[in-house]
Amino acid sequence: MQRYEAKDVSPDMSFLEMLDVVNEKLIAEGTAPITFEHDCREGICGSCGFMINGVAHGPKSGTTVCQLHMRSFKDGDELYLEPWRAKAFPVLKDLMVDRNAFDRIIAAGGFITARTGSAQDANSIPVPKAYADRAMDAAACIGCGACVASCPNASAALFTGAKISHLGLLPQGQAERDRRALRMIAQFSSELFGSCTNIGECEAACPKHISLSVIAQMNGDYLKASVRDRGAVKESSD
Amino acid sequence: MQLDSRIPSGPIEKAWEKTRFEMKLVNPANKRKFTVIVVGTGLGGGAAAASLGELGYNVKCFCFQDSPRRAHSIAAQGGINAAKNYQNDGDSIYRLFYDTVKGGDFRAREHNVYRLAQNSVSIIDQCVAQGVPFAREYGGLLANRSFGGAQVSRTFYARGQTGQQLLLGAYQALEAQIDSGRVTMYPRTEMLDLVVIDGKARGIITRNLVTGKIESHVADAVVLASGGYGNVYYLSTNAKGSNCTAIWRAHKRGAAFANPCFTQIHPTCIPVSGEYQSKLTLMSESLRNDGRIWVPLQKGDKRPASQIPENERDYYLERRYPSFGNLVPRDVASRAAKAVCDEGRGVGETGLGVYLDFAESISRLGRGAIEERYGNLFEMYERITGENPYEMPMRIYPAIHYTMGGLWVDYQLMSSIPGLFVLGEANFSDHGANRLGASALMQGLSDGYFIIPYTLGNYLASNKLAKVDAGAPEVRNVLSEVENSVKRLLSIKGKRTVTSFHRELGKIMWDHCGMARNAEGLKQAIRQIRALREEFWRDVNVPGSGDDLNQQLENAGRVADFFELGELMCVDALERNESCGGHFREEFQTDEGEAMRDDEHYQYVAAWEYMGPDAPHQLNKEPLNFEYVHPAQRSYK
Repeated sequence: MQRYEAKDVSPDMSFLEMLDVVNEKLIAEGTAPITFEHDCREGICGSCGFMINGVAHGPKSGTTVCQLHMRSFKDGDELYLEPWRAKAFPVLKDLMVDRNAFDRIIAAGGFITARTGSAQDANSIPVPKAYADRAMDAAACIGCGACVASCPNASAALFTGAKISHLGLLPQGQAERDRRALRMIAQFSSELFGSCTNIGECEAACPKHISLSVIAQMNGDYLKASVRDRGAVKESSD
Repeated sequence: MQLDSRIPSGPIEKAWEKTRFEMKLVNPANKRKFTVIVVGTGLGGGAAAASLGELGYNVKCFCFQDSPRRAHSIAAQGGINAAKNYQNDGDSIYRLFYDTVKGGDFRAREHNVYRLAQNSVSIIDQCVAQGVPFAREYGGLLANRSFGGAQVSRTFYARGQTGQQLLLGAYQALEAQIDSGRVTMYPRTEMLDLVVIDGKARGIITRNLVTGKIESHVADAVVLASGGYGNVYYLSTNAKGSNCTAIWRAHKRGAAFANPCFTQIHPTCIPVSGEYQSKLTLMSESLRNDGRIWVPLQKGDKRPASQIPENERDYYLERRYPSFGNLVPRDVASRAAKAVCDEGRGVGETGLGVYLDFAESISRLGRGAIEERYGNLFEMYERITGENPYEMPMRIYPAIHYTMGGLWVDYQLMSSIPGLFVLGEANFSDHGANRLGASALMQGLSDGYFIIPYTLGNYLASNKLAKVDAGAPEVRNVLSEVENSVKRLLSIKGKRTVTSFHRELGKIMWDHCGMARNAEGLKQAIRQIRALREEFWRDVNVPGSGDDLNQQLENAGRVADFFELGELMCVDALERNESCGGHFREEFQTDEGEAMRDDEHYQYVAAWEYMGPDAPHQLNKEPLNFEYVHPAQRSYK
C-alpha cells in the first residue's frame, strides 16, 4: 500500500482531476505517477473505475468515478483506492485491470447477426414502446466491471444478463436467442468469474442502474434454451 | 502533388450507383488472401472491420483503449440523421444533402455529401436490424426529433446515448467477426507510424501499451479511422485519449492534410470551472429543442436567473434568427454566445456562460416529458455543477467538439497515398466548414458500413501488390525510427510535465485559433507554438521507461504531434482570408457580424503537403464545384 497526500483540492474537481493534480506533483518530485484507466470522463465509455473505501466508483449512486466530484468528500478524509478485485480481471498496474473477459463474452453471442446491407426497412417491424424502453434500460451497460468487483463471488451475471435482455427483448433478437444464451453463459462460466447467488451488490454498484431483473431474464432464457437445445440435438440425431 | 478526387461524371443521383458498378470486384475465394489493417474502432473503424471481416478479408484491427467498445463515438449523445421522412414533414435525400452542403457553408464536396444522404437511409435499417434500441412512439414506430440547421424532424435517437448504442451495434458485429476468426483484435495497441513501400501503404508500426513492445504489421491496405484532433486545444469535449497521432504520422509519410483549421465549437457545453479542469462536457444539442437560450439585457446583471423578469431577458437567438430560433447551426449559435459574453452580458462567476432555460417547456409539457427526453443529461449536469436544471436554468458555453478537417481523401475515401483509406472524423470530406448536429454518427457509419467495403475491394482488385515481409528493410527502417523517437522522449528528463505543455498549447490555440481568429493573432500563435515546441523537446519530463505500461510516455508522443498539427492549423487559418462555417476571421464579417465567405478566391479544399521537418508545408488546392446547391450567404433569419 502506498500513501499519497492530495493538496489543493477544490470541491468542483472530479475525482480523476484530483488524481491528475496528485500525479502532476508526483512527476515533478521525480516519483512514479498513479496509473488509472480513464478516457471520456463523461461516464459513458466505461474505462474508469476502482474501489474507493471498498465501494465501486465511490459513494455516489449512479455515478462513475470520472463523474464523482470532490464535493462528495470532506477535507481531511482518508480514502483507500484499490483496483477492481476479481480473478477474471488481472491487475495490469496500480488501479488498472484487464477486462477483456467481457469482450470474449460478447464475442460468444452478444450480437444479432445482420449482414451489412441486408436489412429491411427499419419501420417494417414495429416494436412496442415498453419493450424498446426495457431493451434500452439493459443496453445502457457501459461494461465498466463494477458489478463484478462488487460481487462477493465476482460474478459477471449482471453484465451478461444485460446483453441477453437487451437483445432478447427485441423482435430482431429472437432467431439467435437460444444460441446466444447458451454460448454467452458457456463463455462466462469458462472465464474466472464466480456464479451468481442473488446477493444484489451488483445492482447497487452499477453506475447505470442496470436492474437485477436482467439476471432473471438470463436464467429464464438459459433454461428454455437448454431444454430446447436437448430436443434439437435429439431431433437431428434421429 | 496531384489531387484526383475521382468524382464520377453524370447526374449526382446516379453517381454512387455508377461508381459501384464500375468498380472491380474481388472474387469471394480470393478475399481471404488479402490482409487489411484497420486502425480505430469507433463507428467508422468498428463498422469497417466488422463488414470487411464479414466479406471474408483477413482483418487486423487496432485500438489504444482496452476494448474496441470504448472508442469515443460512444460519447455522442443526441442522435443520427437520416432522410427517412418517417414524419411526413417534407424530408428527402435531396433535402438532407442540401441542408448539409449549406450547413457546411459551401466548403464540402457535393458528390460526397449526396452519397452520405443516400446512405443515411440504409444506416437506420442496418442499426435496427442489429438491435439498436432507438426511441419509439407508442405505435411501435421509430421516433424522431429536430436538430440544428434543419426544419424537419429527421434525427433518430436512443435517449441521450445514441452514440453508445450505435457503437455497441458495430462493436458487437465486430466481436462476432473476432469470434469467427476473420478479425484479429489488438486492443491497447497504438499506431505510431505508417509503412509506405513503392508509394503504397503497406503496414503500420505499433506500440503495445502494456509491454511497451514496438512491432510491425504488414498488409495489402491500411484503413485509418482514428477520429478527430480536437484535443489539440487541450480542453475539448473529446475523450482524454483522443489524438491525432495516427493521421499525423501518415501525413508525414505523404498523406495530404485537408482544411486543418476547420474545427467545430459546440455551443452547449458546461462552462470551465477552474485551472485543474481536464476536459469539457457537452450537453447535447437536442436540448435546444426545448430549452431557450438567453442572457440579461443589462450588462453586469448579477441577479440570479429567477429574479430577472421576462422583459429584462434577451433571448438573442430567437431575436436575431426568428425562423430557426434556438436551432440555428452550431457555428452561428457559438459565435452569438461569444458576442453577448464579449458585451459583458455573460452569466456565472466567470461571465463566460449563457442560460439554457427549460422553465417554459416544463410548464408547457410537464416535468415528466422533459425528464423522459433529457433525464440523463439533466442528471449529468447536476453531477458536474451541483445545480438542479429542473429548478434553475443551465449555464452553457461553447467548447471545441469536432474537427471537420482531416486527411484528404478522394470520392473512394483513399488518401493521397494509394492503399491508405481514411474514414469518419479522421478524413475531411463531408462537413465542409461546419458540421450539422447528428451528422457525425451518420458519416462514420456511412463510411464504415457502406463505402469502404466497396472501394477497398476495388483498390485490391485493380492493383498488383507484391508480397511484403515484416522483415523487409523498408519496414525495419520505419520501426527503428519509431524506436528512436520513443527513446528520445524518454531521454530528455527535463523539468516540465507533458500536461503542462499540452495545457499551454491548448490556451494558445483557443485564444488565437478558436472561435474568432485574425491575422495578427495567428502569426503570434505560430511564433508561440514554435517556441513552446522547442522548449518541449528540451525540457519535457517523461518519467519511467518504454518497456512497460507508461501513460506519460503515450501522452508525450501525442502532445508532440499536437504541436506540429497546431502550427499547421494556424497556417491554414491564416491562409484562408475569408470567414466560413467554424472558421471565423474577424477581418471578414458582414455589418451584422455574420461570416463573410469569399467564393471567388477560397472555394477550394486546402490540402497541405508535408515537405520535411524544417520546410514549410506546401499548399495544394482542390477546387470545389457547386452544380446543385448554389452558394449563397447562409441565412437562418
